[in-house]
Amino acid sequence: SNVLSQYSSSSIFNEKQMFDGLIREAKMSVLQEISQNVRNIKQLEYAALARRATQIQKELSQGVRKPYKELTDVCWGDPHSLGVKPLTFVRQVLAACVYPELMSSHKLPLDVRQRAQWLLGKCEGGSIGSYPASAGIPEIIQRMSKSIARRDGGVPCNPENVFISPGSQWSLTVTSLLLTSCVYAPLRTGILIPVPCHVTTITSITSLGAAVVPYFLSEEHGWALQVEELQRALESAKGGCNPIALYVINPGNPAGYVQSRKSIQEVIRFASEKRLVLLADEVYQDCVYGKNSEFVSYKKVLAEMGPPFSDTVELASFHSVSKGFMGECGLRGGYVELVNLDPNVVNYISNLNYDTTSVLAQFALDLMMNPPRPGDPSYPLYNQVRNAVNNMLVQNVKMAHEVVNSLPGLSCQPVEGGAFVFPRVFLPPRAIQKAKEEGMQPDTFYCMRLLEETGVLITPGCEYRQKEGTYHIRFCIMASQDTINKALKHLATFHTKFMKDFS
Amino acid sequence: MSQQAVNGVPCRGKVLTVDNMNPNVKRVEYAVRGPIVQRAVQIEKELREGVKKPFTEVIKANIGDAHAMGQKPITFLRQVLALCSYPELMEDNKFPEDAKKRAQRILGACGGHSIGAYSASQGIECIRQDVARYIEKRDGGIPSNPDNIYLSTGASDAIVTMLKLLVCGEGRDRTGVMISIPQYPLYSAALADLGAVQISYYLDEEKCWSLDVAELRRALNAARQHCNPRVLCIINPGNPTGQVQSRQCIEDVIRFAKEEHLFLMADEVYQDNVYAEGCKFHSFKKVLFEMGPEYSSTVEMASFHSTSKCYMGECGFRGGYMEVINMDPEVKTQLTKLVSVRLCPPVPGQALLDLVVNPPQPDEPSYATFMKERTAVLSALAEKARLTEQIFNAVPGITCNPVQGAMYTFPRITLPQKAIDKAKEEGKVPDMYYCMRLLEEEGICLVPGSGFGQREGTFHFRLVWLPASLLPPVHIQTSKSFNLMRFYVTTLYCLNPDD
Repeated sequence: SNVLSQYSSSSIFNEKQMFDGLIREAKMSVLQEISQNVRNIKQLEYAALARRATQIQKELSQGVRKPYKELTDVCWGDPHSLGVKPLTFVRQVLAACVYPELMSSHKLPLDVRQRAQWLLGKCEGGSIGSYPASAGIPEIIQRMSKSIARRDGGVPCNPENVFISPGSQWSLTVTSLLLTSCVYAPLRTGILIPVPCHVTTITSITSLGAAVVPYFLSEEHGWALQVEELQRALESAKGGCNPIALYVINPGNPAGYVQSRKSIQEVIRFASEKRLVLLADEVYQDCVYGKNSEFVSYKKVLAEMGPPFSDTVELASFHSVSKGFMGECGLRGGYVELVNLDPNVVNYISNLNYDTTSVLAQFALDLMMNPPRPGDPSYPLYNQVRNAVNNMLVQNVKMAHEVVNSLPGLSCQPVEGGAFVFPRVFLPPRAIQKAKEEGMQPDTFYCMRLLEETGVLITPGCEYRQKEGTYHIRFCIMASQDTINKALKHLATFHTKFMKDFS
Repeated sequence: MSQQAVNGVPCRGKVLTVDNMNPNVKRVEYAVRGPIVQRAVQIEKELREGVKKPFTEVIKANIGDAHAMGQKPITFLRQVLALCSYPELMEDNKFPEDAKKRAQRILGACGGHSIGAYSASQGIECIRQDVARYIEKRDGGIPSNPDNIYLSTGASDAIVTMLKLLVCGEGRDRTGVMISIPQYPLYSAALADLGAVQISYYLDEEKCWSLDVAELRRALNAARQHCNPRVLCIINPGNPTGQVQSRQCIEDVIRFAKEEHLFLMADEVYQDNVYAEGCKFHSFKKVLFEMGPEYSSTVEMASFHSTSKCYMGECGFRGGYMEVINMDPEVKTQLTKLVSVRLCPPVPGQALLDLVVNPPQPDEPSYATFMKERTAVLSALAEKARLTEQIFNAVPGITCNPVQGAMYTFPRITLPQKAIDKAKEEGKVPDMYYCMRLLEEEGICLVPGSGFGQREGTFHFRLVWLPASLLPPVHIQTSKSFNLMRFYVTTLYCLNPDD
């Protein structure tokens, strides 16, 4: 995969040597002259795994014999890479927008052509090559606001509070930037984050110089968020930093929970009481599988709670085109909706955009929030594919549960939503010892062994933080059934052998 | 904030206020999209709603957006990108074979053969290889290593990334970054956002906006009192001034950077937009290497390019790259780590960049059309550059340096004292006042020189000379545009009726 390759190149080309073999003078900018925030960004555990994976790929292509013919990479929430197809309607519209000559042909359904025409009409000069407005194309934002209101059963959405961005990670960074008034302890801005938490969130916050304040989700209770734990976390921050925000992700990543309405209410009450801005990452809102689970947005619950909460609790909610049925990670599109924020503060966001979101990504957002409806020519296919993908994901989750929970030493909380499975691995003491000898985290060691013996690439729980003394693994289930079957089969065989070897 | 109880719960002020938010963010201004543009958008809305005005449309000459101003996209580029978006189109024989081949190659490098998959953070490897080859060809064979190429979300993204990497220290040790006056306000905005120290060096208006090392030295020495100067930014060809630096000038700058231990950032996004006789684009890298190993192995540099300008004008795609030269390996590791935080640049933009650096070759079916379109765009731009200079220099009160490159002109206006006083009364900077009046009365949107920086007491505006309606090619004397230019004179005299 592409992502692998970036970690494998380690040689630095010496242009000088190419020329005349003279010894290079000392470099001008050394590490000490680089931003501390950048230096503090933690190197991923994944980096070591990726390097080895690239080597293995090379060995395989050179004909080296292994117990497997190819790698199975189920690390990232990247559906297209894992065999999930792009949606036809989406790609037809985008193609017609890129090359409008296609609209004169009747090979494209009418609704595709109409949508492309509408979207192009919102671009200056009728071309996707022109600069869009800073906050996003206004008409697209208008429509998005209506869709958001529809999603939330009529709770109004003000288009002036919606900002399109090149992805939810970008939105989170900008929102965190707005909040970060100080980078020096003890007044350093702090943001509460869950444990476990996906890496890009942590990095987005810490690379700005702000501090993360971890609160532990309760694994035994299906990774539930407990208010007492939020309280403990907040207290622990005293004297270390100044907490101003609380980040939640629902549905979760890496843990696949879907928060109940009651849980969301508790969080809102806590944020209100403790005067914290709520940062609600809801990118997996379209990925819900649990029979008894339902996604309800933080904004909706907030509105339902009525005043004073609904008028005062400050909330930023994030979404993107990368997940769900679209899976369009490579287009880089998302948005943030700000609720109850001081309008004077909100004004500053437009200055921070630096012309960043591509027009295609903005169109993808429109297509995601306004899909084909019953009666539209593209609807039957769209609906069929959506259902098929949903069924496939439900099957994948079911299979993953069955396999994982049937293996002694592996157990998994119910995956109700999201893109990943995050099982707990009960590593035998001998395995932990061996890992230490090899200078690796125990769960990284497990993943490395899995890679060597089966070619399956997954990520270790230490990447996401976890309770001391516990170990986990994470892999993606937003993939074709074949990919998941293969990964699970290999995992099962490997795990049984591993536990035996280290018993 | 007053506290009143409602249902027993006290109403308090906001958690996040203008007082406790990030102070750096408050200092960020981005004139190109600032208040004058916001007013222009509002006026357009009013026009749509039927409000009567002395004009029927707003001419937005504030941003270098070619397609918005009628320039057509290049067919080949759009064909390949359509094929990448919806590969089923490969069955359609209306698409030429070379377009299909390019699309297949790009898709082959994408996860799951989809432009919707994440790419490596540094950018798709085969595209970086193509970029490296393009740079080698451009620079007469000087090697370029794909590992030193970082694809980005437009050049702006790469520029901000480098600044994020290099800005550090506190108080007197805070990093100082040298940038020209006038400059493209992305730089001042990013520096404000990062809390870096901006070190301004003046371009010489009398000498066609050229860069003078003596001025660089002056600015640097003054700055050493209060910060740690580490970076020197150059925009060549220039924005907003359009000047193309001479080879000698580039050599002098490189020498200066070496002497003073500065990291060079060369913004070269307009490298294909050079029009004036006797002017030529010299890439900083090429000049660096031709200066011999003493320089080419020590001077650190990053050069930036994008798909937004030149003949493509594809601003909306957000395609771009930077090439880093002579970076300490440990520092480069940090850079690679930093770009991975953003995940990856938009894949369609990467694909577009690949086509720009790897265009149709003479033996390929799309070559003839491609070259025809490219030539047409570049010659139209050249003609507009020439006309702009001619028209402005015919208006009293306005002086305009030769438009050598890019897409802009930055004429100087002499404002009567009365106008300056009136502006002060209204709490506006004089050139902002002038531009606001021009917008309200004639519907032309420009950006005042104060948004880009200028010498104290001088006034300018930046005009993007792309719009077709602003500069028709014939009948200058009777054209609407000439009347518009006459307006400038009229305005000046209205403000000073005693003259």
